[in-house]
Amino acid sequence: MENQEEFETLNINSDLYKTRLSSKFRNRKSYKPADPRMILSFIPGTVIEIMVSEGQEVVKGEELLILDAMKMQNVLKCNMDGRIKSITVQKGARVSKGTLLIVLE
Amino acid sequence: MPVNKKIRELQEKREKLLLGGGEQAIEKQKAMGKRTARERIMALLDTDSFNEYDLFVEHDARDFDMDKKSLPSDGVIIGSGTIYGAPVAIYAQDFTVAGGSLGLMHSRKITKIMDHALKMRIPLIGINDSGGARIQEGVNSLAGYGEIFFRNTISSGVIPQISVILGPCAGGAVYSPALTDFVFVVDNISKMFITGPEVIKTVLGEEISMEDLGGARVHSEVTGNAHFFALSEEECFEQIKKLITFIPWNNSQKALAFEPGEPDKEFNINKIVPDDPTLPYDVKDVIRAIVDKSDFFEIMELYAKNIVIGFGRMGGRTTGFVANQPLEMAGVLDVDSSDKAARFIRYCDAFNIPLITLVDLPGYLPGVDQEHAGVIRHGAKVLYAYSEATVPKLTVIIRKAYGGGYIAMSSRHLRADFVFAWPSAEIAVMGPEGAANIIFRKEILSSKDPDGMRKQKVEEYKAKFANPYVAASRGYVDAVIEPSETRKFLLHAIEVSGNKNVTLPQKKHGLPPF
Repeated sequence: MENQEEFETLNINSDLYKTRLSSKFRNRKSYKPADPRMILSFIPGTVIEIMVSEGQEVVKGEELLILDAMKMQNVLKCNMDGRIKSITVQKGARVSKGTLLIVLE
Repeated sequence: MPVNKKIRELQEKREKLLLGGGEQAIEKQKAMGKRTARERIMALLDTDSFNEYDLFVEHDARDFDMDKKSLPSDGVIIGSGTIYGAPVAIYAQDFTVAGGSLGLMHSRKITKIMDHALKMRIPLIGINDSGGARIQEGVNSLAGYGEIFFRNTISSGVIPQISVILGPCAGGAVYSPALTDFVFVVDNISKMFITGPEVIKTVLGEEISMEDLGGARVHSEVTGNAHFFALSEEECFEQIKKLITFIPWNNSQKALAFEPGEPDKEFNINKIVPDDPTLPYDVKDVIRAIVDKSDFFEIMELYAKNIVIGFGRMGGRTTGFVANQPLEMAGVLDVDSSDKAARFIRYCDAFNIPLITLVDLPGYLPGVDQEHAGVIRHGAKVLYAYSEATVPKLTVIIRKAYGGGYIAMSSRHLRADFVFAWPSAEIAVMGPEGAANIIFRKEILSSKDPDGMRKQKVEEYKAKFANPYVAASRGYVDAVIEPSETRKFLLHAIEVSGNKNVTLPQKKHGLPPF
């Protein structure tokens, strides 16, 4: 069998195995630690209001944006004191899950 | 009225009802590449074995002018018949009548045949082809679903329950198949989802086709909701018939025995497994080299391929196989394969089917995605299912049996009745590279030639642990056998386990991690 097929290598605890890889494994997302300065959409939806502007000083708990999703108006609040570095969406934008909305600094 | 006239009247009434939604609706059904509900039942059951009940049932809706409408047999056919002589209860939703929508009387017909199946202790087959709840009937329709789900649950583990998805099966309706033992789907015909593409588009703005969302392939390859995938209804019915030959009628019986037969000589068991433990092979070839007539009936063939499950016969008796598949993902256990194996082990245990486990795995799949997907909880299902199972449990360690994987795969410690190992077996806490790196870390790091030292230590470790004899010296392995002796040992083990009697502590039910 190994003569007919090119296998890939899977590392399990330092031992290397020749095998087929599943598409699920191939397409897995590599882990990135969450960056509190990046405000991402936690659900797909529509941006119906942006309450801040670029360069504005903000404090923890301040309301940033309203994301309309699942018939709910979700208010996204600031999770740190800082300044709005950039706003990467416009009012009315339809965003998918994980879309970058606002960058803080 | 004279009797013969009354008989003619019955015949006429029947004839009209047998057409279901009428010729136009039947044409539409055929244009979708689908058979009618009645044709499906006839194709599945033994010729002339079908007895129909509740043909004259009418719907009960009063609102929205529904009282002026007639829905022949209320869109579902129920009855009983036989498959290869085995009795089965069956229902088939008739899409030609109001889209097979489920109203009160429709559900009462289904629950009637479900009650019948449970009472008579015979398998239940449900053919699903329905647009969903009959909205005009309001909560009565929801009540109908609830009554079905309840019966699915109460019958679970008592009688085999088979769901065949031959059309749409959407919204709440999907939970009946999900509660049953085996779900059959057909390419381009089956569609299953909780919320359809329309809703997903409106609410979330994501566009997806029905096929990509909940088609037969998706449920066979991605979600694991379906157990058997077919390219046509005909192939699907052959699969169902074959399955019926492997399973008993209920949980107090054993599956019927067949004429035993030797495996095909083409599967030479001595030549399947490569010497190098890091090289793959197809474990299904090992199964085919062991089972009667090399006839292995695989279940969930396209899902979590790193574990193989299915039925075969040993000495004519149905046996369940669970085997790590080194060909796919090196045969690791992960979230999906654990889930797949655990459910099957419990199925076999519920229906008195002995289990044979073939072990060759390097352990669990490492990764953030696996840990965050709950591999602890899902992996625990395998331990639970094996420990709890009281059917005969026979284990063959072919090659690698490392770490938690060794314990999980029907080890002696989970009360396997017989554990055999091939001379190629390596029963250890982990693979040689990983183990040497830990045990000899200091020696390797302080050496002038770390690579050379590592290699030497890996060899040392292999010599000491990469074999079945340490485990055999403790009695964890009952016999180290030649591959060619496997069938003989297993046949004997099954024979002597025929009257196995194990009693577990009294309890209402256990708490498996699901």
